[in-house]
Amino acid sequence: MGGSSKNEVQKISVLIVDDDPLVRRVEGMLLKRYGLETKAVANGKEAVDMFLAGNSYDLVLMDMEMPVMDGPKATRMLRGMGVSCMIVGVTARDDEAEKAAFVAAGLDFCWEKPLSAQGVVAILDDLTKKLL
Amino acid sequence: MQRQLANMKQSLFDQGYLDEQFVQLEELQDDANPNFVEEVVTLYYRDSARLVQNIDQALEKSPLDFSKLDSYMHQLKGSCSSIGAKKVKSECTQFREYCRVGNGDGCKRSFQQLKKEYATLRKKLEVYFQ
Repeated sequence: MGGSSKNEVQKISVLIVDDDPLVRRVEGMLLKRYGLETKAVANGKEAVDMFLAGNSYDLVLMDMEMPVMDGPKATRMLRGMGVSCMIVGVTARDDEAEKAAFVAAGLDFCWEKPLSAQGVVAILDDLTKKLL
Repeated sequence: MQRQLANMKQSLFDQGYLDEQFVQLEELQDDANPNFVEEVVTLYYRDSARLVQNIDQALEKSPLDFSKLDSYMHQLKGSCSSIGAKKVKSECTQFREYCRVGNGDGCKRSFQQLKKEYATLRKKLEVYFQ
């Protein structure tokens, strides 16, 4: 998971992608409480750049609307690059058509903002199944 | 003192200023991050001040750009959700409804109310964190 080495228990690594520094701070804190290792970036392009630089993550939390590169575009690019980790959309948008399009871009699923403890548990449950 | 604090907090919930998200933030606070909630609230007011100013300026323009206004308000609503600012978030939703139907006067009225709720919550939280 996230580049494990022998005999070492590696934490699940999460990339938080959101243009709101408040969201990055809160989500980061919430995930750390569950023992996850986090990195946060401010838009889709920075997320793509992280992967292009050779980083890997077990989970990406992707906001929908962001400047420079939005969530759907970043998700399509990551999938196009062969990134197969779990990508979960986290959005406050309530337009079902927009959310469906976001999922169709390559998400595993979408979760409503703000991300709660319940949301983290649900995501981790899914991620655990995927990793096993 | 603790009781006073608890009563103050309960009143913020009872009056609808805060929702469950605020409780979630408090649960994340620990010895390693003893001022986490206050830090997050400070961040909220710092970042949202810019959005409020943008919306104010956008509402001065004619004709109104409802798409831009909606975008700003979507961002503000997101920030409100992050700290559990229930009343302010509710005003954001109302404003976006007015944007959706192109009601400029409604937007302006709603925004005045939003700014009132925003300022009231700020004062109450300042007292709470003292």
